[in-house]
Order: sequence, then C-alpha cells, then structure tokens
Amino acid sequence: MSRKLTFGMAINEAIHIAMQTDPDVILLGEDVAGGGDRSQEGTDEMGGVLGTTRGLVKAFPGRVLDTPISEMGLLGTAVGAAATGLRPIAELMFMDFIGICLDPLLNQAAKLRYMFGGKARVPLTVRTVTGAGMQAAAQHSQSLYWITAGIPGLKTVIASNPHDAKGLLLAAIRDGNPVIFCEPKSLLFTQGEVPEGDYTVPIGKAALVREGSDVSLIAMGATVPMCLQAADRLAAEGTRAEVLDLRSLAPLDEEAVLATLAKTGHVVVVDEATPRCGIASDVAALCVGRGFDFLNGPVKRVTAPHAPVPFSRPLEQAYMPSAARIVAAVRELS
Amino acid sequence: MRLTREELLRAYRRMRMIRGFEEKLAELVAAGKMGGFMHLYAGEEAVAVGVCENLHETDWVASTHRGHGHCIAKGVDVAAMMAELFGRATGCCKGKGGSMHIADMDKGMLGANGIVGAGIPLTTGAALTAKLKRTGAVAVAFFGDGASNQGQFHESLNMAALWKLPAVYVVENNGFGEFTPTEFAVPVKDIAVRAGSYGMRSLIADGMDFFDVYEKAADAIAHARRGDGPVLLECKTYRFHGHYVGDSLAYRSKEEALRWIQTRDPLQAFERSVVEAGLVLSDDLRRLDREVQDELALAVAAAEAAPLPDASELLTDVYVGDAA
Repeated sequence: MSRKLTFGMAINEAIHIAMQTDPDVILLGEDVAGGGDRSQEGTDEMGGVLGTTRGLVKAFPGRVLDTPISEMGLLGTAVGAAATGLRPIAELMFMDFIGICLDPLLNQAAKLRYMFGGKARVPLTVRTVTGAGMQAAAQHSQSLYWITAGIPGLKTVIASNPHDAKGLLLAAIRDGNPVIFCEPKSLLFTQGEVPEGDYTVPIGKAALVREGSDVSLIAMGATVPMCLQAADRLAAEGTRAEVLDLRSLAPLDEEAVLATLAKTGHVVVVDEATPRCGIASDVAALCVGRGFDFLNGPVKRVTAPHAPVPFSRPLEQAYMPSAARIVAAVRELS
Repeated sequence: MRLTREELLRAYRRMRMIRGFEEKLAELVAAGKMGGFMHLYAGEEAVAVGVCENLHETDWVASTHRGHGHCIAKGVDVAAMMAELFGRATGCCKGKGGSMHIADMDKGMLGANGIVGAGIPLTTGAALTAKLKRTGAVAVAFFGDGASNQGQFHESLNMAALWKLPAVYVVENNGFGEFTPTEFAVPVKDIAVRAGSYGMRSLIADGMDFFDVYEKAADAIAHARRGDGPVLLECKTYRFHGHYVGDSLAYRSKEEALRWIQTRDPLQAFERSVVEAGLVLSDDLRRLDREVQDELALAVAAAEAAPLPDASELLTDVYVGDAA
C-alpha cells in the first residue's frame, strides 16, 4: 500500500521504522525532541525547526536527544557513539553550519576505519537541510554536499522525492559507514507516493526518472523536479530529454551517467550548488574523461553562480537553477 | 595502600615499558630508521598508568598526538605498536595509522588523534553508548592543557554534565601547548576550575606521583561508573622531551627541564615509595627493567623483519562493505 506523504513525513517515517527495528538507533540534534523532552507533560512537541522529527520522542523516549547548540560537540559525540556500538542519526539543522563542525566528519568519522587498519566502524547518519528557495539567505541556503562528497570515507546522498527520501534514509542508517543525508528544503513540504512499511533505496545507484533520446539532464535533489519540468517543455518543442536522478553523490553511479550519455550524446548537468569544485564539474569531467567517444557536443552545466545566496525574492530566484535555464542550456546544444 | 604486590609490579612494568618504548623511538628516529611526526610521552607515565590501572578492558580511552603511553597503559600489544610505527603490515593499524593515529578498538583504545581536542567528543560519544546501552563502561579522554582551550572540550563537558555521562576527562597539564608555556594560553592557574562552569566535579592530582593519580582517578572513575556524572581530573605533569622528536627546545630552559627530570621522575618516585614501604624489592624492579628491555629489543627486531604493506592495501578499509 502506498499513500501520499510529504518529503519531511517520509523522513519521519524512515526514522520511526529504523528505531523500531534496531534498538541501537538513536536520534540527536538541536530541538529534535521539540526543544525539550516534554513527553511526560503531554506537551505536543514541535519536532525541530521544520517539524520533521515530530512525534519521535513520544514513540522512543530516551532515544531522541535534544542537544545544546553545539554542532561540533554533538557531531563528535555522535562519531564516538557510532564507533562504540550505537547507530546514531545526528541532525545538523542546516548544512551551512558545517563550517563550525567539520572536523568530526572530515578527520574522525571519515578516517577512523582507515587509520585503524579496518578495526573501526562508524555507522553514523548525518541528516542535514540544504539548498535555497525559502529566503533563508546566505548562511541558511547553501548546497554544500560537494564538501562531504569530496571526502573519502564518507558517503553523501540526496533524495528528490518522498519515496526515495524514505528508502535512502533507511539505507543510510543501516549502512556501516558515515552517510550524509541531504534534505533539500524546497522539497520538504512537497508530497509524493510513499509505500508503507520497510524498504531501502540502494546507495550508489542513480535512477532514470524519465526516458528520452535527444539529451540527458543529470540532476540531484531539488533540480530533479526542475529537470522534469524542463523535459515537459522540451517535449512540446519536439526534443526528448532523459532525466537521471543521481540520488547518491558519493559514491557516484558512473555507469548510469555513461549509459545515458551513450544513449543521447548530449549532457546538461543541473546542480543547485555553486559552480566551482562541485558535483556538476565532477560529472562533466566523467563525461569528458570516460565518455568522450559518446559526446556529440559540449557538456553544459546549469548551477548557481559563484556568489553567496541572496535574501530578496527576485535575486534568490535568479540565483537558483530553473526549468527555463535548463531549457535554454539545451537549446544552446543544437 | 590498596594495591597488591602484583598490581604494583604491573603498574611499574607498564610505566617502565612506556619510558623504554619512548626512549627507543627517540633513538630510532635519531638514527633515521623511523619516519613521521613523533611526540613522546616520557615523563608523564604516572598519568596514563595511574588512570588506566583503574579501568577494565571494556572501558574506553581516547588519546592525543602524544598517544603511545595511553596505548601501552590500556594494554595494546607493544610489538604490534612498534610494527605500526615502522609502517609494517603487522602493525596494530596495518601501517595505515602511524604514531598519531595508533589505536586498538579491541582493547578499548579509540585512537591517538592528530587533531588537538578531537578525542574529547569521541569520549563523550563512547560514554553516551555506555549509558544508553547500560554496559557499565566508563570512557576516559586524555588531552593536554592546550586542548582545554578548544571548543570541543567545552562543548563536550557541557553535554556530558547535562546528560550525566560516565566520562572522565583527564587533562595532562604538562606546562606547554606545543611550544607555548601554558600561562600564555590559559588565564587560570588550574584548568580544573573550568569544570565549575558546567557544574562538574573536578580533582587535581600530582601527575608525577603514580599513587596520587591512581587514588584520584579511582575516585573519579567510580563516580562516573556509579552514574553520578562526569569528572574533570587535572594532572600536573611535565614533558621530558620536546613537543616532538627533533624540536629545538629553544622555548624552555635546560635548567628547568633538568630539575624535573632529575628530581620529579615518576618512575624514581614510584620506586622510592614501594621500596621504602617494603612492598617490593629494588631487585624485583631491576628484573622488570630487563624484561622490558628484552621485550622492546624483540619488538624492534620483529618489526624490522616484518613485511611492508602490499600496495593493494592502499584502497582497503576506506569503507565498510556492508551497505544495506
């Protein structure tokens, strides 16, 4: 049975299932229990700043921990807990905050296993909200998954719809490695079909979400619906676009990228993040390096500009990739 | 004294092993036989051993860049440690960690750490595991005076106090943060007072006196294990070598170092106490000295003869291969 859920509630359901099926799973972060475990007082907790974790503290008292506003301390603690027998889900409220707590991920979680010659396991999931679109401005709107995707030892995933959000999060929690699970904020309140029950979406596998023969639109997170919109508009002009949802940024499903390139000969990579040193550049390098013989034109990238995210609505809209910019990029190919 | 003769001999042997291990490394580095950054623990033996003699194998410790002493005190195999420092495949981390990341999870040793202060929240996490899984374990962080200025220290103490975690934070105040004397980096005389702002208990021990460290650590660890919350234990100690092997030592006077080395050596102090009390004979200790020297000579020979890692090991252990 499946029914419609929001992206956020799909995440909530995944956490619920993970905590029900594995007593070692805990959830910790700022306000995840609703600003204080008040379950005994009958207060209806808010479930974090975006309401995503609502109800979990009531279902799992003692395993949903509000932390102080101490991102470095809470992530470091989560790494230590993961290495010693728990399976923590840590919430980094906005990925922008990674600037004050990178060490536990960069130098600890990512490297303990390697440095210790394979003797450590760090089954940690870090849930974090990414992307622009809510007028949250420069320090609450960035898509910084390129930072974690570039760190060996970490995995980084980003879902584009509620179905994948639930399955990818369950896969992340049950993975033996540290996984960064990105939640695009512009999608958190969108709805989609979500199966009931327990299922996983494998990490490392992209999904072909629309078939086409003329051009491949390669997307992730919030740019997937943009690409689907663009594909509709292109179809009206007679251009059949294929849309590949990467889902997993590290590891990257290189074979899926090359397969769609081989089919269409044209690639437009669409990424909400800034253009330098990012996923879009990475995919472009893959297409040119391993897929050169399939290419019938330049690899196009549609990304945010090399600038901070602005506050004002029209500026923010201009900052973000859009279906119109994707269509324009495809037109430049012909 | 609460310690039995066997316990006293074991404590001495471990302190002597740390001293012997570190002196051996200094020789090997000077002879060009060993690479990497090497931070020696000699002089601080009473801290690691005084604390760890109160721990079980199932308890956790996290360490620092100056981590060999904590490994030995927690029972990590010395031959495997030596092989690790020679970068051999037989090392306790298969030659992938080296001095600054030496570890053995099977012995509850969560690793040396190249990032100052980073072992502190790992300890907080291990204590959270112990509390939530009701394992009865205690987690101990060793770190220096310098690390007590890092955010990770303060964030960890705050969280551990809030959640009454079974953690003991042992600050080894050895007078220097790298090359800077502590009084230029810490505006309070005793780092222990920093526990006060977290409502946490604190204790101060003479880190050159095994028995003082042992007693205070026993108190702190029992407090944590009972569920009464974390404790900050400051051990005042001194680093006999520089920050690392080969440092110029231009930042401290020879007289000061000699005074500590000649009058405050924790091994000599231990020997005076136990021999004067008639608990152990000097001869027993000399026998242990020889045993340690022999064990170290064998460890070096075995490490030198051991194979280097195969190139195929470059890409193993990056990820656990058990994805859902």
